[in-house]
Amino acid sequence: MSITGALTRSAATGTAVIARRRLRPARVILHAFLIAMALLWIFPLFWAVYSSFRPIGDTVVHGYVSLPSGGLNLDNYKAFWTGADLPYFYANTLVIVVPSVILILLLASMVAFACTQFSWRFNLTVLMIFTAGNLLPPQVIIVPLYHLYLSTPIPSISELDIGRFAFPFFSDNNLLYDQYIGIMLIHVVFQTGFAAFVLSNYMKTISREITESAIIDGAHVLRICWNIVLPLCRPALAAMATLLFTFIYNDFFWALILLKTGDKRPITSALNNLQGEFFSNNNLIAAGALLAAVPPILVYIFLQKQFIAGLTLGSTKG
Amino acid sequence: MARTTSVSPAKADSPEAGELVATASGRYHVLTRYDRRVLMAMVGIPLFLDILLIWWPTFTSLYYSLTNWDGVGDITSQNFVGLKNYQFLLSGGYFQFWPAVEHNFIWLAWLTFVATPLGIFFAVLLDRDIRGTRFYQSVFYLPVVLSLVVVGFIWELQFAPTEGFINNAFGLVKTGRIIDWLGNPHINLFAVLVAASWRHVGYMMVIYLAGLKSVDPTLREAAKVDGANEVQTFFRVVFPVMAPINTVIVVLTAIESLRAFDLAFIINQGKNGLELLSILITNNSISESTRVGFGSAIAVILLVISLGPIVAFLSQAMKVSRS
Amino acid sequence: MGHSREGSDVSRTGKISIPSTGIELPLDLDLSRRDILKIAGYGSLAAFIAACGGGPSTSSSTTSVTAKGGKMTLGSYQSDSVPKKALQDLVDAFSTANGGTKVTVNTVDHGTFQNQITSYLQGTPEDVFTWFSGHRMRFFASKGLATPIDDVWNAVKSNYTEGFANSVKGDDGHVYAIPTSYYPWAVFYRKDVFAAHNYTIPTNWDDFKALCAKMKTDGLIPIAFADKDGWPAMGTFDILNLRMNGYDFHTRLCTGQEKWNDSKVTDVFKKWAEITPYYSPAFAGLTWQQAADQLLRKQAGMYLLGLFVSQEFLATGSQADLAQLDFFPFPHLGTSFDAEEALDAPIDVFMVTKKSPTLSGDLGQTKAFMEYLAKGSTQTAFYVESPGAIPTANDADQSKYDPLTKKAAQIVSSAKRITQFFDRDSRPDFAGPNGMQQFLLKYLANPTSSTTGLQGQMQTFWDSLGPE
Repeated sequence: MSITGALTRSAATGTAVIARRRLRPARVILHAFLIAMALLWIFPLFWAVYSSFRPIGDTVVHGYVSLPSGGLNLDNYKAFWTGADLPYFYANTLVIVVPSVILILLLASMVAFACTQFSWRFNLTVLMIFTAGNLLPPQVIIVPLYHLYLSTPIPSISELDIGRFAFPFFSDNNLLYDQYIGIMLIHVVFQTGFAAFVLSNYMKTISREITESAIIDGAHVLRICWNIVLPLCRPALAAMATLLFTFIYNDFFWALILLKTGDKRPITSALNNLQGEFFSNNNLIAAGALLAAVPPILVYIFLQKQFIAGLTLGSTKG
Repeated sequence: MARTTSVSPAKADSPEAGELVATASGRYHVLTRYDRRVLMAMVGIPLFLDILLIWWPTFTSLYYSLTNWDGVGDITSQNFVGLKNYQFLLSGGYFQFWPAVEHNFIWLAWLTFVATPLGIFFAVLLDRDIRGTRFYQSVFYLPVVLSLVVVGFIWELQFAPTEGFINNAFGLVKTGRIIDWLGNPHINLFAVLVAASWRHVGYMMVIYLAGLKSVDPTLREAAKVDGANEVQTFFRVVFPVMAPINTVIVVLTAIESLRAFDLAFIINQGKNGLELLSILITNNSISESTRVGFGSAIAVILLVISLGPIVAFLSQAMKVSRS
Repeated sequence: MGHSREGSDVSRTGKISIPSTGIELPLDLDLSRRDILKIAGYGSLAAFIAACGGGPSTSSSTTSVTAKGGKMTLGSYQSDSVPKKALQDLVDAFSTANGGTKVTVNTVDHGTFQNQITSYLQGTPEDVFTWFSGHRMRFFASKGLATPIDDVWNAVKSNYTEGFANSVKGDDGHVYAIPTSYYPWAVFYRKDVFAAHNYTIPTNWDDFKALCAKMKTDGLIPIAFADKDGWPAMGTFDILNLRMNGYDFHTRLCTGQEKWNDSKVTDVFKKWAEITPYYSPAFAGLTWQQAADQLLRKQAGMYLLGLFVSQEFLATGSQADLAQLDFFPFPHLGTSFDAEEALDAPIDVFMVTKKSPTLSGDLGQTKAFMEYLAKGSTQTAFYVESPGAIPTANDADQSKYDPLTKKAAQIVSSAKRITQFFDRDSRPDFAGPNGMQQFLLKYLANPTSSTTGLQGQMQTFWDSLGPE
């Protein structure tokens, strides 16, 4: 089949030809390969799910590589949910993640707006400072940060108590150390760099004339930013929100070092904590790990498009 | 639309006269002093926080590295030891240092030559209109969404010596020839790298795929017309055009290998074959035996090594920004 | 001594007190000059007993500054489910007894707690925290991160033997901790497994090795072993070094007064290599709980571990399994030091922090809590729920001890020399994951090869550590 022939024919018959072409052996091999790789890829996760449904008594007797005798059940999940007080740790995580994401988007969009819609000398330098800050390995700054957190006075105004959960405004020991706001602060600062970079890439595509004409018409920059430019960035903001949610949710290191109270730990660090309690029960730990992984997976499933857009905005556009 | 300069608008809430601010295109628009201040705050506040919480600690680490401070009490002049920490590290006096550097480079080599190419390969395969491409993408990308703690647990279920899947499924437990995937210092780094790759491949795939989608399709059609096959098309036409993406991929791969910490830490706190620079830093600075000065020296070395990819990324970003 | 040693409390502070005699036996590896003299003075058990003489010392009830009601905070590493609950019950009982003091417990998992202890104590720690006796305690006391509690000690010291009393003293002579429990390290086994195969308890090294060989042919893992966490291997190193080279050499080695490349240390490694073939396969990837499970499930024959192995039996197994658990002391190696019957018997303590932001307000309640911990009834109540360690107070009710615990107390009291365990006797920057843990893992990866290079590395590492 000559190329030109195929081209003309495809123009005429459109998808029918494409469908027929798909049955070539090359395609079959491609599909077979992809299916094999996909199965291989999903297997470890599948195995964790499978183990989590098996009662420990079953696996002790028959080993892990065995068919379930006596059925599968949700015992491990129930045990982990109640025994490890999981809802409580979800609350911790939410308290840290949601305000952080909002703050990051706020700060990053301000920076991006100022740097892209106006020309000034240090425009690029500032963006570089932000981006480089996000690329540093966290271990480089952890010790001075720890000491900084121990010496920065923070007012302790009041506290919100809901059952076992207590959220202080703003600190219950007058420091940043071992506080929700301490963790939120480092996340905000760390991720603002990345977000500012991505949003500035996106905002560059917004014509400056919009801003210029708005200024001529007498609008203030804040109003321009909030009412005009940001709404245009909705796709990028949505993408960043999903990405940031996942990054911050999955963080392990900051909370490990900057929180001392076991009860304040977000769920990923708490998982490590809880490992001590249920050490030799792999099934229980698998259930716990999967329970911890549910929110980002849900975010991914429902906001997949935004997720991928966010990841690529930062790397392709610029 | 050409605009001429105009006088400041008379607005009740902008009492100060407007100032002429040049735009990139050579035109002028008016920016009140109030606006300028607002803009400065919009940039200044985040910048201040960034410098305070990231850059100032970075320089403080540099300062600590010149001392032998143990983290308790104040630093006195007695604590200053100059470059002694570095001498000790680089001369091999600290026996874990060079192995850690080696492990970081093995990590880098693995990601560069195994994981990233695999991710690119998947991206190329999936950059077609085949059925189920969305499904495959989701499967490969799913591990990226998981926390490294969860990834660590999932792979421990595979690698555990007596209860893990691999040793049991291949009958190694029964025949008594257990492979100690996580305890044998010769192979545990590679076991961890498999777990890290599980995640890294999807990450690279998505970025590359997006880049591929932005390649002008006419280029490919032209290559096809000229009689090039798939492989030739990719390497001669697509790959060069993707230069900016390639840089991003390389830089991200390098940064990921320098930042590697979580997996090794969760598995066995980074000892016995899983030493990494980041772990040496935490084991020395924030553990029971605080040798903050010494740990900071390792941190500075890690920083210096990281500057390479960071500068590369920044210059790439700047290049594109200017164009 | 006409008195049975049953249930003599080895508090975590390092002294065993023989109940109702006020006689205290040195237990703690206390290495300050003052204490070495003391221990030397009470060199042998018999001499100590003779020197002690008389009956119970009357409790001098100095008024300690305690307070009721209010609140207090406690930082705990008891993350395993059984002791965690036991501690919570203890705290609740204290609350009731002390006028409703509200106690907040911050539980952090064991490994993380130990690992981050320095950051923890310098930051904003709780008022009281769980910790270990020995050099590890004195290290933080001398850095000014713990508050001395001499007044509390004066009120409770009558309830402790001198050995325990010595183990809570810092380098400056002040008391910094209240000992609450201790446990010996010994070789554990299941009675039913031994009975089924007709094994006999080995008393010397050759018998021990023969037993291992026999177990192997019977299809068991002769010695369960797990070293993923790095510290379990120290137990074997300690006991071999103690038996082969003696208590004095061992303590001097832990503090750097002997060299790691000494030929005596080489001998220890060589001896060790004789039993490493009998270890659990892939032990570098197993945790101690997994090895204990091997013992529990009759896959392994013996396990050198602390008494806390019973905790795992209870958590994963059943009371019936626990009833089958038994131990014997590490066999004699045929050296002159066998007579010392030395063993590791670490003591766990509670201490008061220095930098707790709430301490000044909670001081009374904190001291009340520390006094409460020193009571036999408190410790026994904890023991009943979490039988992995033995209470230290003199007036603890030994009738509540199960046979295993009674035997454990006895083996400790019949020891003439007791150490705390390597990572509590030596400086933390040498004993941690950076140092000794790593060295032992390296050795165990290849036990039969020459250890000269490794020992050289160990000595270089020690030398590189700054002054404490």
